[in-house]
Amino acid sequence: MSESRVVLELRGITKQFPGVLANDHIDFDLRHGEVHALLGENGAGKSTLMSILYGLYSQDEGEILINGERVEIDTPKEAIERGIGMVHQHFMLIPVMTVAENIVLASEPSKAGIVLDYASARARVSELAQSFNFAIDPDARIENISVGQQQRVEILKALYRKADILILDEPTAVLTPQEAEELFGILRSLQRDGMSIIFISHKLNEVLQIADRITVLRRGRKIETLPAEGATEEGLARLMVGREVLLRVDKTPAKPAEPLLQVDDLRVLDDREIETVRGVSLDVHAGEIVGIAGVDGNGQTELVEALTGLRPVLDGRFSVDGRDLTHAGTHHILDAGVGHIPEDRQLRGLVLEFTLAENVALHDFDRRPYSRFGWLRLGRIVERARRILHEFDVRGGGPDTLAKSLSGGNQQKVVVAREVANDPRVLIAAQPTRGLDVGAIEFVHRRLVEERDSGRAVLLVSLELDEILSLSDRILVMYEGEVVGEYGPDVTEEELGVAMLGGTREKEAAA
Amino acid sequence: MSDAETPETPEESTEGTEDTGGAPEPPPENTADRLAQWQKAGGVVAPVVTAVLAFLVGGLVVLGTGSNPIEAYRGIWNGTGLEWFFQVGSYEVGLPFSDTKVWFPWDPSSRAAENLQQTLILTATLILTGLAVAFAFRCGLFNIGGQGQYFVGAYFAIWIGSSFAGMNSFLHIVFAIVAAALAGALWAGIAGILKATVGAHEVITTIMLNWIAYFTGLYLFGQGGPLQNKEQVFSPTSNEVLEDARLPVFWGDPLLQGLHVGLFIALGALVAFWVIVNRTTLGYQVRAVGFNPDAARYGGISVARNYFLAMAISGVFAGLAGAIDMLGWRFSIGFSDIQSGTIGFVGIAVALLGRNTALGVGLSALVFGSLINGTATRNIPPDVFDIPEQAGNLSLTIQALVLLFIGADILILYLWRRTGQVLGVGGRGGLVGKAEPEP
Repeated sequence: MSESRVVLELRGITKQFPGVLANDHIDFDLRHGEVHALLGENGAGKSTLMSILYGLYSQDEGEILINGERVEIDTPKEAIERGIGMVHQHFMLIPVMTVAENIVLASEPSKAGIVLDYASARARVSELAQSFNFAIDPDARIENISVGQQQRVEILKALYRKADILILDEPTAVLTPQEAEELFGILRSLQRDGMSIIFISHKLNEVLQIADRITVLRRGRKIETLPAEGATEEGLARLMVGREVLLRVDKTPAKPAEPLLQVDDLRVLDDREIETVRGVSLDVHAGEIVGIAGVDGNGQTELVEALTGLRPVLDGRFSVDGRDLTHAGTHHILDAGVGHIPEDRQLRGLVLEFTLAENVALHDFDRRPYSRFGWLRLGRIVERARRILHEFDVRGGGPDTLAKSLSGGNQQKVVVAREVANDPRVLIAAQPTRGLDVGAIEFVHRRLVEERDSGRAVLLVSLELDEILSLSDRILVMYEGEVVGEYGPDVTEEELGVAMLGGTREKEAAA
Repeated sequence: MSDAETPETPEESTEGTEDTGGAPEPPPENTADRLAQWQKAGGVVAPVVTAVLAFLVGGLVVLGTGSNPIEAYRGIWNGTGLEWFFQVGSYEVGLPFSDTKVWFPWDPSSRAAENLQQTLILTATLILTGLAVAFAFRCGLFNIGGQGQYFVGAYFAIWIGSSFAGMNSFLHIVFAIVAAALAGALWAGIAGILKATVGAHEVITTIMLNWIAYFTGLYLFGQGGPLQNKEQVFSPTSNEVLEDARLPVFWGDPLLQGLHVGLFIALGALVAFWVIVNRTTLGYQVRAVGFNPDAARYGGISVARNYFLAMAISGVFAGLAGAIDMLGWRFSIGFSDIQSGTIGFVGIAVALLGRNTALGVGLSALVFGSLINGTATRNIPPDVFDIPEQAGNLSLTIQALVLLFIGADILILYLWRRTGQVLGVGGRGGLVGKAEPEP
C-alpha cells in the first residue's frame, strides 16, 4: 500500500472515567484506502477511543481531524454525516424487519413523506449490494439469516449512509473461520474501492492477515504504530501485554503412565435424540494431554457432557482409574477425581450471582471441612477461596466479590483454579481459552501443562487447532461422532484439517 | 466486549493485563444505571418507592371517587393500631405466667393496642405465606400455590384441633401444627415432584393444586361433608378447635381475639428462613439452582431434588400459616371462609415487595397486615367513605398497585439489561437476580 493522504487523525485523545484513565493522549491516523488495525487486550482503551470518534463519548482533551479539518463529533448522527460508519460487535438490527428495511432505516425513501416506499428501498439496497459484490437477499428477515450475513447488513448500512471511514469492532468474534475469511474478502474489495477501515481486534493472526498498519494500545496508552509487513505475532504480543509472552507452549515430552480415563465404544444422544457420539473409544494416561480436534458440532460437546455425567450414556462405558462411572452421575464422577473446565464458563462454570468464595466451593460445599452436618462453614470456605484466588492470581476481586463483576479472563481463572485445586486425577478441559486474550491464554496453557507434569490425565477439547497442536501429546480427530484419526504431536495443521473434514474416513471407505 | 457504550478500560485500576471478556461495572452514566446501583445498594430503595407510589396512586383513586384521601389514610392509619407506638406514657403490664406487674411505656389495653393486635395477627400469617413464596423463589420457582397449601394446613389443624379431646394441651397443639406443616409440605411437594420428574411448570401445577384443595375443603366442611359441624347444619362449617388445642393469647383478651403466640412461630420462621438460605448446604444448593440450574448441575448438585425440597419447605411455611390461623383465632373454617380465602395470594405480594429476603418479608408482611386491617370496614370512620366497602376496595387497589409497580420496576431493569445486552453492557442473565419472576 503506497503512502496516501490521511483521512482521519486523532490527536492527544484523553478520556478519564472515574478512577480510570481510559485513553491517555492517544494519537492515531488513518490513511485513505488502508486497513488500520487497533490492537490491544480487552481493557486497553480501543473501544473507548472509537466511541469518542463515533460520538458516543466526548473526549476530555484532544482533537479529531477529518481530511485535515478539525471537527466536533458529539453524536453518532454527526459521525455518520462526516462519513464515519461503525459496525458494532453486537449488531444493531431489528430482527423482524427485512434486510432492506434495516438498511434504509432512519433515512428511508417514502411516498408522500409518510409511507415507506419499499420497492424503491429494495431496489437501492440491491443496487448497493451488487456494486460491492455482496451476496444478500434484501427481502430476507434479519432473524432468519446467519450472523455473518447480519454483519454484512451492518456494513451495507454504513455504505448506504455513504461512509468512507468504516470502524469494525471485533468483527470476527462472532464469526466462524469460514465467515471470517469471507469478511476479509469483503474488506479487501472495499479497500480497493477506496474505503478506509479501522479494524479493532485482539487476535494477532487476523490482524497480521488483514491490516496494512497496526496500532497497539496498552492500558489506555498508544504503544506503537507499525506496518503489518514484517511484524510477527510474538512481537505484537509483547507490545500488547508489555512482556514476553510464550505463544508456543514450552513443554517437555510427555511421560505417560497408567491409563486413568478409559472410554469404550461410547454412544450418546444429543438434545434432538440424534446419536451424536457414535462409538468413541479412547484412553488418557496419567501425565499426558490428549487433544480432541474437530469442527464444532461433531460430537465433542456431547462427549464431554457424557463423561461428566451431564448427559446420559446410551451405550458403551467409561471408567476413571479403573472405576466404572458410566451411569454414576455428576456428583460421583467429580468425587472420583474428575475436574471439568466447561466450555461455557458463564452458562455452566460459574454461578454469576454467587460470590467467588461460593463459586470456588461449588463441588465440595457439602463436604468436610467446608460444611458439617449440613451447616456451611463460611470461615473455611472464604479462607480457602482467598488462598486459591491468590495462588491463581485472580484479579479484580476477593472472596466476597460477585463472580459477575469479574472480567472474562479472571472468571476463567476462577474456574480453572477450582477444578485444579480439587486435585483431580483426570482433568477435562473444554475450550479452556475461548474468548480469552493472549495473557490469559498463556496462563491457562501453562497451567494445563503443569497439571500434566504433576501426573494428571488431561483431555483437551478445542476448536482452535493452534491450541490442540501446541498442547497435546496425542491428538484425536472427531468427525460426525467418531474418532477418525489419531496423531502424534508432530502432525501438521493440514493433515488435521483433512481429517476434520472427514477426508481420512472417505479414503478408508474408498480403499 | 468492545462496544459502544461501555468504556472498556475501568479494569485497569483494579485488574491486570490479562483481563478479557465481560466488561466490569461501568460508571453510572444514566438513570437506568443509577437505578441498578440503587438496586444493588441493599435493594431497599426500590421496594419503598414502590410502596409509596402505590399509596399515592391509591390516594388519587380515592380522590376520584369524591372522598378525601388524607382522611381515608388517617382512618386507615388509626385502624392499623400502629399509632400505639407513638402513644408513650406510663403504664403497667403483667408478666406472663405470674401476677407481677411492671412498668411499661405503652398502654397495653388501649383502643390502638386492640387494633395493633389484629394487625399483628394478620402480619404473622402473612409472614408465613410470604415466606412460602419467597423460599421457592430462591430456587427459581414461582409458588402460586400458597393458598392451597394454606388450606391443606388449615384443614389438618382444624381436624386434629377439633379431635383428640383430653390430649395434653401442649402436645395437642404441637401435633396439630406439625401435621399442618407436613400437609402443606406434601401438597407443595407434589408440584415439586412434577417439576423435577416430568418438568411440569410449577405455576400451572400449583394453581391446579389450589383448586383441588379448595374443592376438597368445600366437600369436607360443606353440606353433608364428613367433617361438617353437625350442630350448625344451615351455614356449613367445621367443628370448633377444642380449648386445649388453641394457641395461647399473650396480649389482649382471649375472648376478644387477642394476639396469640403464632406471631412467635412466624418470627421463628423468619429466622429459620434466613439461616437455611444463608448458612446451610441446603440453602447453598437452593440458591445455586435458583440462580443457574446449569451451573448447579455441572457442580454435581441435583436440580430435581432441590426443586422438590424447595417446594416442600415452601409448603411447610404455608401449612404453618394455616395452622396458626385455625388454632390462633379462627378456630373453625366455614364454607364461605374457603370461598373467600386470599391470604395465600397476598403472600405473593409480600414476598415480592420484600424481595424474597427474611427481613424484607417481615417488613412487607407488616405493611400488608396493616393495610388489610386498617381498611377493614369497622376501622374506618363512617364519614370518610360514602360506602364503607370502599375501604376494602382501596386496600385491594393498593395491593394491586404494589404488584403492578413491582412489575414495572422489574420491567425497567429488564429493559435496561436488554438494551445493555445489545450494547454489550449487561452480560448474561435477563433479570436482576433470578429470584424475580419473569415479567
